Amino acid sequence: MAKVVERPKLKWWEQLYLPALAQGMRVTLGHLIRNLSGKTKVTMQYPEEKWDEHLPEHYRGAPALVTDEQDRERCVACQLCEFICPPRAITIKPEEIPGDDKWAKVEKRPKAFDIDMIRCIYCGLCEEVCPEQAIFLRKDYAITGTSRAEMVHDKKRLYEIGGKREGLVNKWNELK
Amino acid sequence: MDWHIIIAAAIKVVVFVFLITLPLVAMSVWAERRVSAAMQDRVGPNRVGPFGLLQAVADGIKFLLKEDFTPDHVRKGYFWLAPALTMVPALLTCAVLPFGSQLFGEKMVIADLDVGPLFVFAIASLTVYGIVLAGWSSNSKYPFLGGIRATSQMISYEISLGLSVVPLVMIYGELNLGNIVMQQAQNGWALLPLWGEGLSVKGFLLAIPLFISFIIFTVSMFAETNRLPFDLPECETELVAGYHTEYSSMKFALFFLGEYAAMIIGSGLAVTLFFGGWSLPFGWLTPESADAVVPWWVGLIHIGTFFAKVIAFILFFIVVRWTLPRFRYDQLMRLGWVFFFEIALFNVVLTALLLWGLA
Repeated sequence: MAKVVERPKLKWWEQLYLPALAQGMRVTLGHLIRNLSGKTKVTMQYPEEKWDEHLPEHYRGAPALVTDEQDRERCVACQLCEFICPPRAITIKPEEIPGDDKWAKVEKRPKAFDIDMIRCIYCGLCEEVCPEQAIFLRKDYAITGTSRAEMVHDKKRLYEIGGKREGLVNKWNELK
Repeated sequence: MDWHIIIAAAIKVVVFVFLITLPLVAMSVWAERRVSAAMQDRVGPNRVGPFGLLQAVADGIKFLLKEDFTPDHVRKGYFWLAPALTMVPALLTCAVLPFGSQLFGEKMVIADLDVGPLFVFAIASLTVYGIVLAGWSSNSKYPFLGGIRATSQMISYEISLGLSVVPLVMIYGELNLGNIVMQQAQNGWALLPLWGEGLSVKGFLLAIPLFISFIIFTVSMFAETNRLPFDLPECETELVAGYHTEYSSMKFALFFLGEYAAMIIGSGLAVTLFFGGWSLPFGWLTPESADAVVPWWVGLIHIGTFFAKVIAFILFFIVVRWTLPRFRYDQLMRLGWVFFFEIALFNVVLTALLLWGLA
């Protein structure tokens, strides 16, 4: 059944259209005045104002690798993050840790660890899946570069962003 | 040959049209964007130059550098002619607007014609040819529809626009815009008869038809300049971009500039006819007669007053644009033919009766 919508019967002054104009202008000019007097909260002026201090605790920025308190790289090249990464941004080349190394019993470490930041969607699954708590999403959000190659974060760069992280997993810690 | 007149006219053309009106066009584009932003709780362009004031320059450079693409299926000659035909008439109408009283003994109007409003209407209605040609020569359905809409709209509103000025002409008995302004300067503006001879029962009674005239004139001006709420020829939601859908680069910019130039000239005309042009309120600094010598600083103040009024009117245009939704097409036609045409005619009769009764 078609539903008939009754059109409202307009009074003669409403048909004049001018009162509606005045009403509309009251709304728009109200917004104008509130905006110009600085009462309206408008968007942040990005490069001048940064939102670093307003970032929430759970903010997910660029993923990075971390070392433990003895400067051992936490990553054991299990490649779980590589497999779970939805956009397949992570590429890991594992290598064996030579027997004469201090951390020989860890057995494995990444030879190369690349994250393609053009692909990364900042989902945080790598952080969630990591059994060694070696990869974390930091609060860096301004990831820029002038070429595709520059946008691939290699191992060195990842440790640079990540730095040292103490506590957490102490599985390999001699002192334990 | 009287070289003095030619040189003076040339200087006035260059200064008024190219050094004032065109930058004003650019500034009004910027103002439009900033004001609309403020009305919608945004910021607007604020990156290029202080407060984004140079945004218009950046836009201009962008338009110049973009590829000027001419589609294969257009009628080239008319396609190229159309943008110029919208821009040129808009600027030509500057000729009769008195933008100041006198400066160094020189009347501040490019052509002191005795048929001011008629000249403006004659030239301004040429703008429709640009739009029609653009719509037709594009050989594409949306520009075509836009062109048709523009034609019917401009023809309908031209009538009420012309008729709305008739009462004014009857009251002032004058078609020379300079003299109309001079009368308003001495005897009160058309809509503000608070000094001189205007401050009388006659002045107040005559302000009634003038006020009706003003409303019809303003609304028709909105329709003539294709501004919202009457921008049906462009009408993004229905017609892509209307008559300039197929245009790009500087040709599009010419349409854009022509529209804004028409808006400025329309504002200038409204200010001249209804708000006393260059004159200050309450007869301050008004010259004794049209031929009286005006010191240069007073002349400059008058020019400044004129442009202040024009800018205020442009801001009104902008605020209205971002306040009202678009009319439906039949509503637009009904408004033009059924209401404004009749009201304008009635207004002429009312003015005649008032003038006859008060004589």
